[in-house]
Amino acid sequence: MTDATGRARTVLVLGGGSEIGLAITRALVERGARGVVLAARRPEALDAPAEALRSAGANVEVIPFDAEQIDAQESVIIDAFDRARARTGDVDIAIVAFGRLDERDVLQETPAEAGHIAALNYAGAVASALAIAQQMVAQGHGTLIVLSSVAGQHARPSMAPYAGAKAGLDAFTDALRDALRGTGVRVMTVRPGWVYSRMTVGQRSMPFAVMPERVAADVLSGLDGGATVVWTPRIVRYVALALRWLPRWATRLGFRVTSMRRPRNR
Amino acid sequence: MFVPGTRQRLTGWGRTAPSVATVVRPASRDEASAALDTIGARGVTARGLGRAYGDAAQNGGGTVLDCTALDAIGAVDAERGTVVAGGGASLDAIGRAIAAHGWVLPVVPGTRIVTVGGAIAADVHGKGHHRDGSFGAHVEAITLVLPDGETREVTRASDRALFDATTGGMGLTGVIAAATLRLERASGTVRVTTTRTRDLDATMLALVEADARHRYSVAWIDLVGGRGRGIVGAADRIDLDAPSARGEAGRRALRLAVPAVVPVNLVRHASVRAFNELWLRRPIRAEALQSFDAFNAPLDALGAWPRLYGPRGLLQYQCALPIGADAALRTIVEAIADGAPAVPAFAVLKRLGAAGDGPLSFPIEGWTLAVDFPAGAPVLGAFLDTLDERVAAAGGRVYLAKDARMRAEMVPLMYPRIDEWRETQARVDPRGVLTSDLDRRLGLTRGATRGPR
Ligand SMILES: Cc1cc2nc3c(=O)[nH]c(=O)nc-3n(C[C@H](O)[C@H](O)[C@H](O)COP(=O)(O)OP(=O)(O)OC[C@H]3O[C@@H](n4cnc5c(N)ncnc54)[C@H](O)[C@@H]3O)c2cc1C
Ligand SMILES: NC(=O)c1ccc[n+]([C@@H]2O[C@H](COP(=O)([O-])OP(=O)(O)OC[C@H]3O[C@@H](n4cnc5c(N)ncnc54)[C@H](OP(=O)(O)O)[C@@H]3O)[C@@H](O)[C@H]2O)c1
Repeated sequence: MTDATGRARTVLVLGGGSEIGLAITRALVERGARGVVLAARRPEALDAPAEALRSAGANVEVIPFDAEQIDAQESVIIDAFDRARARTGDVDIAIVAFGRLDERDVLQETPAEAGHIAALNYAGAVASALAIAQQMVAQGHGTLIVLSSVAGQHARPSMAPYAGAKAGLDAFTDALRDALRGTGVRVMTVRPGWVYSRMTVGQRSMPFAVMPERVAADVLSGLDGGATVVWTPRIVRYVALALRWLPRWATRLGFRVTSMRRPRNR
Repeated sequence: MFVPGTRQRLTGWGRTAPSVATVVRPASRDEASAALDTIGARGVTARGLGRAYGDAAQNGGGTVLDCTALDAIGAVDAERGTVVAGGGASLDAIGRAIAAHGWVLPVVPGTRIVTVGGAIAADVHGKGHHRDGSFGAHVEAITLVLPDGETREVTRASDRALFDATTGGMGLTGVIAAATLRLERASGTVRVTTTRTRDLDATMLALVEADARHRYSVAWIDLVGGRGRGIVGAADRIDLDAPSARGEAGRRALRLAVPAVVPVNLVRHASVRAFNELWLRRPIRAEALQSFDAFNAPLDALGAWPRLYGPRGLLQYQCALPIGADAALRTIVEAIADGAPAVPAFAVLKRLGAAGDGPLSFPIEGWTLAVDFPAGAPVLGAFLDTLDERVAAAGGRVYLAKDARMRAEMVPLMYPRIDEWRETQARVDPRGVLTSDLDRRLGLTRGATRGPR
């Protein structure tokens, strides 16, 4: 259980290779978490980050998990909870961190690929979030962190299927939070802006770009402060708000300007 | 028999680390044993009045047996000087029931609002521990509902290991349905001597001297505006035949109510400093008559005072240090006064007498220090971990009834008789029905979970 000083003991990450997910996990381990389960599509690619978490003092297990296999998700997640319990205890924090972004003009995308991106980022994440929520209800406590995105608050043509899926996931997460009232399970929606990670490598960076560590720090202070929604960095909240109120033609112009900036190096 | 339950969010007295469980309130011993029969995978925890500060009386996802309806109080057996009380009877109710006949409970903790079950399960100590030992020392028999539903009368003669494992066993050896308590014929009035001390050494010395001469002693120390200056109170019950011996002496305690919702933590550095300044400089009478309850449990008059700490609640760090660990006590007090990342709002120092028989019973001969902190500060956990290490290295321990954050690795270091306790626990609970959030966190029944890798 997350203890009286706000320290979680056991963490589960779905999309265990996610740079944002790993940054949050590292921060939780630095704060005293002892058990980590990384559920990843390619477990073999996680040797280095798992080793780094171990040397920081955590008991780490990497298990295979493909979010696109929606029918198999529940049993993988139940198994992850059981494994965690056998080692360090109940899963106190679970992070839904997987995602895929294909940045190109939506009209150039194949319909099948667009559908897969939507399925992974929305349907896959819905199944994960729900399976985790049910396990946490059964243990009477827990915190579910869902990686949404600012993209879901304002969809751009260059990432339309992704942004649409994140908008749906964000709405689902709100409803799930309401459904979980009184169960002891807490839900946090995280809406990052542009983050330097594998997902965005090679893209033109957007204004207010941050490193995954910044996202992690904001998530931890959100955990301490009881936040339900964390915008990170904070300013993207106001950017998103402004974009909502501006007429669509003005925001189209704005995107043209920002995407003319040269890509920044990491 | 089906005993219905409700889903409830529970915390300890510190209002931290909540979890949701199905709460069942058995009205009888039989209902308690029936409830044990229908337990799911997450097991069961007995709960009294929820005065343990941490997660001892909660059980996320499982069942919590609220024992407060098992509150019958029998007539005093004047010949033997005993009373049989239900496991859910409060020491407050028992005290009131027996006072009129000139009896008192020999051991009462710093609040009367605890149950017999809670007092046995934590083997609580009072301000007279150096003379009286802990609560368990005055218990003759325990009626225990075991996980298999059987009800057994346990005495030192019938099953010594189980009796001892139950005193201090944090409810993990069975549900305490009733107990036979040894009473004492004494007055409810005490003669209190109060002295001011200027630093920690003076406080320690005053406590040592008080213990030699008085039955009760305690020190409230200031760790915000000082590093251990304080007020030492010592007391003795007056003669039962004295004119003022019956009934309460002095003014009735002032009753103050804390509002139901306090949206922010009011316990901050400045407010505590100001309070301590007033409290320590208040005019004190060197000697006065007072009711034992007002001397022993001054906070009871404040009701739900933890609300003052706001929504994140409070955490009490209570440790015991053995004889000879004075240097460790000094470093711990200084570390808190100089470097605690949260304000040490309220601190109490006391000496403990010889340890009792419970393998998990907290008191050991030496010092005990209890410090209240607002629970919110994220770095408080790491700071208290360093204190744990100092405490363990000095041969001391942290009080499980107050704990809500310790790491499982510390348990075998602090409670070296844990394996002996586990053996008895496993004998009465082979299926592992009894557990709690505290148990899961610290691995009390199952052993510590594996370390890294
Ligand atoms: C203001 C204040 C001052 C205090 N001062 C002292 C002090 O001076 N000395 C001291 O030792 N303690 C002190 N305490 C702690 C308190 O005495 C213990 O935590 C006690 O266990 C609380 O009893 P409870 O009935 O509220 O039990 P709960 O808090 O409900 O439960 C505590 C433990 O007892 C078990 N338990 C409760 N009822 C039963 C039962 N019927 N059968 C089996 N197990 C049961 C629970 O499972 C749990 O492990 C203080 C607490 C407060 C709030
Ligand atoms: N980076 C940003 O700018 C940004 C902004 C807002 C929101 N987000 C969101 O934050 C989350 C984490 O992103 P990130 O920046 O950390 O990106 P990342 O490092 O690319 O992480 C995404 C992870 O998802 C995994 N994944 C992809 N498909 C999967 C599948 N079918 N099953 C299981 N795992 C799968 C990937 O695994 P493989 O390595 O095997 O592909 C990868 O480890 C995502 O939900 C993302 O949408 C990111």
